[in-house]
Amino acid sequence: MKTRKHISTLLYHLFVLAFGFCMVYPVLWMISGSFKGNAEILRGGLNLIPKDFVGTNYSTGWRGFSGISFKTFFMNSAFITSIATLGTMLSSAFVAYALSRIKFKGRGLWFSCMIATMMLPGQVIMIPSYLIWYRLGLTSTYVPLILPYFCGQAFFIYQMMQFMKGIPRELDEAARIDGCSKYGIFGRIIFPLLKPSIITTVIIQFYWKWDDYMGPLLYLNRPKQYTVSIAIKLFADSASTTDYGAMFAMSSLSLIPVFLIFLIFNRYLVEGIGTSGLKG
Amino acid sequence: MNKFKKFIYNDNTVGYVFALPFIFGFLCFSLVPMVTSLYYSFTDYSLGTKSASFVGLSNFARLFTDDIFIKSLGITLKYVLISVPLKLAFALFVAFLLTRKSKAVTLYRSLYYIPSLVGGSIAVALVWKQIFARKGLINSVLDGFGLSAINWFGDEKLALFPLILMSVWQFGSSMIIFAAGLKEIPTSYYEAAMIDGAGGWKKFLKITLPCLSPIILYNLIMQTISAFMAFTQAFVITQGGPNNGTMMYALYVYNQAFKYNNMGYACSMSWVMLVVMSIITLVIFKSSKFWVFSEADS
Repeated sequence: MKTRKHISTLLYHLFVLAFGFCMVYPVLWMISGSFKGNAEILRGGLNLIPKDFVGTNYSTGWRGFSGISFKTFFMNSAFITSIATLGTMLSSAFVAYALSRIKFKGRGLWFSCMIATMMLPGQVIMIPSYLIWYRLGLTSTYVPLILPYFCGQAFFIYQMMQFMKGIPRELDEAARIDGCSKYGIFGRIIFPLLKPSIITTVIIQFYWKWDDYMGPLLYLNRPKQYTVSIAIKLFADSASTTDYGAMFAMSSLSLIPVFLIFLIFNRYLVEGIGTSGLKG
Repeated sequence: MNKFKKFIYNDNTVGYVFALPFIFGFLCFSLVPMVTSLYYSFTDYSLGTKSASFVGLSNFARLFTDDIFIKSLGITLKYVLISVPLKLAFALFVAFLLTRKSKAVTLYRSLYYIPSLVGGSIAVALVWKQIFARKGLINSVLDGFGLSAINWFGDEKLALFPLILMSVWQFGSSMIIFAAGLKEIPTSYYEAAMIDGAGGWKKFLKITLPCLSPIILYNLIMQTISAFMAFTQAFVITQGGPNNGTMMYALYVYNQAFKYNNMGYACSMSWVMLVVMSIITLVIFKSSKFWVFSEADS
């Protein structure tokens, strides 16, 4: 009986691992492709270990396009992503505090508006937003890619509100008795206690912004401003034959920040996604 | 001074101070664009021309005669109807698979989350294109089984499937939400069912699914909305081809707006999309009365 149980456990782990391996195979294949020559990639072999190890893909890829190296593209992405993420985190926490803790006139209305924007498909407002930025003369700047993120993102506001429900109101009361104003309560109590939710927000927003393709595609038109995602696409667009090795090399590099953050904050991410959906 | 202090610490003031970012953003980046979009949808506006002239309902009438539009609507519906249920079923399956009490499970969950982690990036879309290429990975596998290679992106009937598969592949966040839901189901339910002699399947159908139904609803709505908006994959992998076989709705809107500079027409398409999506979301909500089990009813 005991051995049978052991065997079934072993089979379970083998199955889950094998299946999981299939799931991540395309990613591994891409990373291995960054060490293969173009001919080998185009042959489409399943092998993860390159037949002829090519180490130059990274250096040729890094050279970039028309004299602009990938250093610029990575810096651009890092700049946009970090500022927008910071903005999302702060503004969403402010708004969540107002909507969940303060009883002000019109709260119900603004809450409904927030839920509505969560459901609103971005594509519907894509064109008119573009036209507004165009009128303001701000296309081909970073403003359209950053400023809206300082106005709170509905998805995260909602998530933070759910989290704030779990912070006991007695803490607010106690602080009030000690002479803390509602501003102080946010700064000294709510915001520090919000940490897990803030970390989730930062991670998810970081991913979304780092991977964002449509925003930069619409608003950036000078190569010097390009983000990594736009630059990688240039490999495929180039008039001459695509350098797949270099493309995969830069693609792999572009995933490093994503993986790093995932490894460090894994626990928060899983918990955050879980709870945001549960109470939704 | 006292009056000023009273004003500053008044709940209404505090509320609006903290909610200000959202109110500003909502007005400037949601409401105003929506209203202008509605206005433009009745005009022939395009970039460069100074004035837009009012054309009444002709943009909307044109939609009915636009073959590519009708085709894109059909393709998007097909994409949503196939990819969303498949993705949710798959996510639930994996979440269920990973409910065992084992230290390795956390690790496995991370492993299965990786596709979602990287799937949104342009890099992976380009890899996907290569995987399904004529001499790509998938065809090598088929070749290994002695099957003939398939020209995935050459046949308009087949080209949508790599895109659907890519969406299903990114089941990670739905899986994590399901996993959190599965953890919340009291084990006493299962024990009671076991005493009553219920088998594995019966337990799944009578306990797991009803208890998870609110979470299924949440995932269904979120995934449906995002599937309707799918753009990047189609834009990068197929550019809508062959013969518009993967012309997703969002891609066609983009093309009309930024490729052909028919801003007015594209706005009317956006509004039709919003209406169609609202109807579908509403139908899902209304239907939830019949299949979502809430604690209050029991």
